[in-house]
Amino acid sequence: MAAETLVQGPAVPANLMLSEAHVLDPRAGIDARHDVRVRAGEIAEIAAPGTLQAAGDEEAIDASGRTLMPAFFDPHVHLRTPGQEHKEDLETGTRAAAAGGFGGAIAMPNTDPVLDSAPLLRSLRDAAAREARIPIGFMAAITRGLEGEELTEMAELRKEGALGFTDDGRPVRSAGMLRKALQYQRLCGGTIALHEEDPTLSKGGAMHEGAVSAALGLGGIPTVSESTMVARDAALAGYEHARVHFQHLSCVASVQAVAQAKAQGWRVSTEVTPHHLLLTEEDVRAMDTRMKMNPPLATEVDRKALVDGLRDGTIDCVATDHAPHARDEKEVPFEQAPMGTTGLETAFAALYTGLVLPGVLELGLLIERMTAGAGLFELPTHTIAREEPANLTLVDLDGEWVAGENGWESRSENCCFAGRQLRGRVLLTVAAGAVVYRERAFSVVAA
Amino acid sequence: MNHLLSIEELDRAEIERIVAQAARFAEVSDREIKKVPALRGRMVLNLFYEASTRTRSSFELAAKRLSADVVNFAASGSSVEKGESLKDTVLTLSAHKPDAIVLRTPWAGAAELVSKWCGAAIVNAGDGKHEHPTQALLDVYTLQRRLGGIDGASIWIVGDVAHSRVARSNIIAFQRMGSRVTVAGPPTLIPRGIEALGCEVRYTLEDLPKADVVYALRMQHERMNESFLPSLREYAASYQINGRRLGPRQVLMHPGPVNRGVELSGEVVDSPQAAITAQVEAGVVVRMAVLYELLTGAREPGSDPTRPAHPGRPDHPGLPDRPETNVKQLA
Repeated sequence: MAAETLVQGPAVPANLMLSEAHVLDPRAGIDARHDVRVRAGEIAEIAAPGTLQAAGDEEAIDASGRTLMPAFFDPHVHLRTPGQEHKEDLETGTRAAAAGGFGGAIAMPNTDPVLDSAPLLRSLRDAAAREARIPIGFMAAITRGLEGEELTEMAELRKEGALGFTDDGRPVRSAGMLRKALQYQRLCGGTIALHEEDPTLSKGGAMHEGAVSAALGLGGIPTVSESTMVARDAALAGYEHARVHFQHLSCVASVQAVAQAKAQGWRVSTEVTPHHLLLTEEDVRAMDTRMKMNPPLATEVDRKALVDGLRDGTIDCVATDHAPHARDEKEVPFEQAPMGTTGLETAFAALYTGLVLPGVLELGLLIERMTAGAGLFELPTHTIAREEPANLTLVDLDGEWVAGENGWESRSENCCFAGRQLRGRVLLTVAAGAVVYRERAFSVVAA
Repeated sequence: MNHLLSIEELDRAEIERIVAQAARFAEVSDREIKKVPALRGRMVLNLFYEASTRTRSSFELAAKRLSADVVNFAASGSSVEKGESLKDTVLTLSAHKPDAIVLRTPWAGAAELVSKWCGAAIVNAGDGKHEHPTQALLDVYTLQRRLGGIDGASIWIVGDVAHSRVARSNIIAFQRMGSRVTVAGPPTLIPRGIEALGCEVRYTLEDLPKADVVYALRMQHERMNESFLPSLREYAASYQINGRRLGPRQVLMHPGPVNRGVELSGEVVDSPQAAITAQVEAGVVVRMAVLYELLTGAREPGSDPTRPAHPGRPDHPGLPDRPETNVKQLA
């Protein structure tokens, strides 16, 4: 059942002949130059470099000097459909994902109306089957309208294809309510993903509470707003033997709470965003609203703990929390601006530039963490191996670009990395066997 | 200087220059005709998103004493209540080509944002809990007149630091001028991390006698509803500046309006140590200096705008020499 829970628009299975690519898939144990043949959307052959010839119906791609990776998977994006299509829709959001090298993504249910009923999920999946450039899945709300008062019809939602449940954007305030959802999970399955925040602590906050918020006179959100809720819900998950996933971790105390929960053997997993791995409260000093997100950017100590957590596996995967907002919504004073940054188009390059090039993380590990999200939602993990569906990203690691210099595929431009000089360009993305993205300058084929 | 957005961006020399200019304008306030034509034909627009009588009228007086035209635009009852964004309001008002916009909003960073949207010189008259730079300048001016100088002075800022833009601007300004600043107040109202601004933090007034200057902040009643304090009574018991706590050689300041019996006792408000009315007076001359500085651009040091600037134009005393070229080009 799991494989069918992702939906994708019409796509033509590709016939490709990628020659002399540096193939890097740590999970498959590949780190060498190879020729890779894709036939009818499947990886047909992986052979020594220079040994395969393109057949007449195959597109020949000279991949020498380029790196071929399994396509990334993003378990946390906001596609804003239905209701907020002026920020993003299924087509623009998945186009942005494809441009970032993602071959799959999971959309959050905090739409308008909230995705909390089976008919709505059905209509969204129908729309995705027409519009989504890459396979996407949907999370449904834990509580109706994200109000935290009543559970959604979780079993019916699961039958309709919900990958799991989350009230993302809001915490489940009541421990009792969350406990009921965790109990109900035994009936219906599905990962329960949690946005952790204690609203009594975060109230009135626009950024991380600390030296910068004090200097700017902005309301602060203390890190304990997140970490106390992570600790509470990890304990609930342990008690109910439930499966929970903590979204967008932002501070050292939360990493510690997750590490403790994992040490107990509790079924918890977690994700971290590129912006929390690369930016801190100092980046908020100029009050650029693109730096306003929830959870807020914290301190350098927190940032380092997140990087360490990602390296040692306490944090399972990278998720972008791609959160598009229209220009006029972000072009307001900091306190008035909505929270969120886009991230799909810059995720890999930002992390490669900020963490891999300086030697903080190994490239193989980054690829592993950028593809691991699928498994946390019982979806197959992208792998470069014979007879696997082709989910591939071809990257020019030396390619330099300035984020946003040529505009964005996303409908929104509120990217916290806009204007930064990045290394690592996605040239080609193949998702579920079809070419879904081709960098404009990379249209010249080998022959 | 193109805008006055924060104290943060001013160095000591700039603060001193504005204060010195204000001292020159002080003489104008004592004249029978309290007006000089320095900004004749210029337009100052007061755009206020928060209720404020004092700051607004202080700016209005300052502009009028310099012969500028003043337009007041209060956000309530206007298009703002019909949902117009800050940007659209500013762009609309910019069509009138104001030379300066004096802006007060409840949002940190709003003045800086607006400065990117229009060509007028922006004066931040308070942006949320962030800054209130003219207040800090007038406080420096007041203290310099009172004490001669504030290098090495110990200044205590007492009360609700968390919600105070005055506190933030003054912590920075007083330190730039060589003073040592201590903030004191209830732990619920001292923001975490404030010491990063260089000030000391205290939760009691035990060492208050060591201060040369006591700067009390206004305690707003709505803080009670948000449980920052159990009661005003308890606040007053621990933090009220009264005759018992205020020494005879200490200078008392307050940004107004005062809650008598809460942050200050009636006796100290009326005491000779209080510089509160001097602060209000200073407000006008300092704001004159700020508007003059922004709208006439860099001038020769020592030039006196209260005197005829050009001997050949006795009919226009105080008019800048060549207004067309002296004016900073507004985009």
